[in-house]
Amino acid sequence: MRDLISSYDLTRNDFEEIFELADKFQKVRNAEILKGKTVALAFFEPSTRTYLSFNKAAINLGASVIGFSSAEGTSIEKGENLADTIRMLNNYSDLIVMRHKFDGAAKFAAEISEVPIVNAGDGKHEHPTQSVIDLYTVYKNFGTIDGLTFGLIGDLKYARVVNSLLRALTRFKPKFVYLISPPQLSARKEILEELNYPYKEVHDYNEVISEIDVLYVTRIQKERFPDESEYEKVKESYVIDKTLVSKMKEKSIILHALPRVNEISREVDKTPQAKYFEQASYAVPIRMAILTKIFGE
Amino acid sequence: MASKKELIVTKIRNGTVIDHIPAGRALEVLKILKVNKQDRIALVMNVESKKMGKKDIIKIENKEVDEKEANLITLIAPTATINIIRDYEVVEKKKLKIPEVVKGIIKCTNLACITNNDVEAVPVFIKISEKPLKMKCVYCDTVIDESEILKQILGSEK
Repeated sequence: MRDLISSYDLTRNDFEEIFELADKFQKVRNAEILKGKTVALAFFEPSTRTYLSFNKAAINLGASVIGFSSAEGTSIEKGENLADTIRMLNNYSDLIVMRHKFDGAAKFAAEISEVPIVNAGDGKHEHPTQSVIDLYTVYKNFGTIDGLTFGLIGDLKYARVVNSLLRALTRFKPKFVYLISPPQLSARKEILEELNYPYKEVHDYNEVISEIDVLYVTRIQKERFPDESEYEKVKESYVIDKTLVSKMKEKSIILHALPRVNEISREVDKTPQAKYFEQASYAVPIRMAILTKIFGE
Repeated sequence: MASKKELIVTKIRNGTVIDHIPAGRALEVLKILKVNKQDRIALVMNVESKKMGKKDIIKIENKEVDEKEANLITLIAPTATINIIRDYEVVEKKKLKIPEVVKGIIKCTNLACITNNDVEAVPVFIKISEKPLKMKCVYCDTVIDESEILKQILGSEK
């Protein structure tokens, strides 16, 4: 693996190696593995936790970090195209972590770049490092990913973390995956056609909530709806509250890539199922593990 | 072999004969071949065909259609046959197959795809299914079907 563009770039073995490394990096915070290396963070689109966690991961590994956290004030604003920006960054860095608003931007950058590219989100396409964090959280809680029933709920059409997670799960053997969304936000057909595990699309979570081991929540964004009244209607029926959690298995977990707005009510935070803050805590060790693995190869 | 009807056009010495083009598609096939104004070309449209009812034929002198062009022709003329002629003889019958990869001919329908937003990014599609024809953008995974491919290659004409 030179680049990490899609979850498909990772084999099951890669996932397991990254999990093992992440276990180690939770205990050993500082390692000099990347001493003398420079990691460029090219965030053409704003980000908080992904940017900061990659930054921290690189520093923990002893690398120098350069970059920008939005296109504002850079030559991109002057109209420089992505290819030229990547060529420029090639002169200053040994690896580029990038986020971009256009779908497929990371793959295109990887074709231009002489140094590895890690996709930290390209439009509504993929965000593979988030999926590694997601599945690591599952692994930490259940000791396995195989045999579990997943429920992905919310905006399954435009959420890049959903595409990456569905693809990452093809490397494992989930028992079943429920795709719970309003019809206008159902998962992309082209992604579903690739899957090698059983799944079903449902609109009402009540049908399936008691079967689910891992409930993965995504935010439903207002701007995805042509008319606001439709959004209001849908929004209400996809909020995770205590009543919903009471119908879930005792040992089930709730994940969310964050930031959340109101799709998970605050009262849920204190339930034993709420694991989204634990999930967020794995961002740095997992990204340390990914950077180590790429540089190691 | 040539019937009386085909004799409207003389035989070519060297070049390519593209036969069994679906009636009315010959002009689009020419678009793919990117012919020049000075090229010697015979275009026969809507002639009778036993197999097809009606068909179009193209004869191009001094140009041998290559594999890549032949495969692209299948996208809009799946029934076409391509014969390479040297010294009045057919020296090669090209077997047409839908290309595995199409670069730079079809645009991605996803406006947010990088190929629609960076001057250097050329759209690339890979074939994921032949019947029905479906191709996938290698950058953003958008799948386009036969009607979209036809629409793009044929432009606004039907």
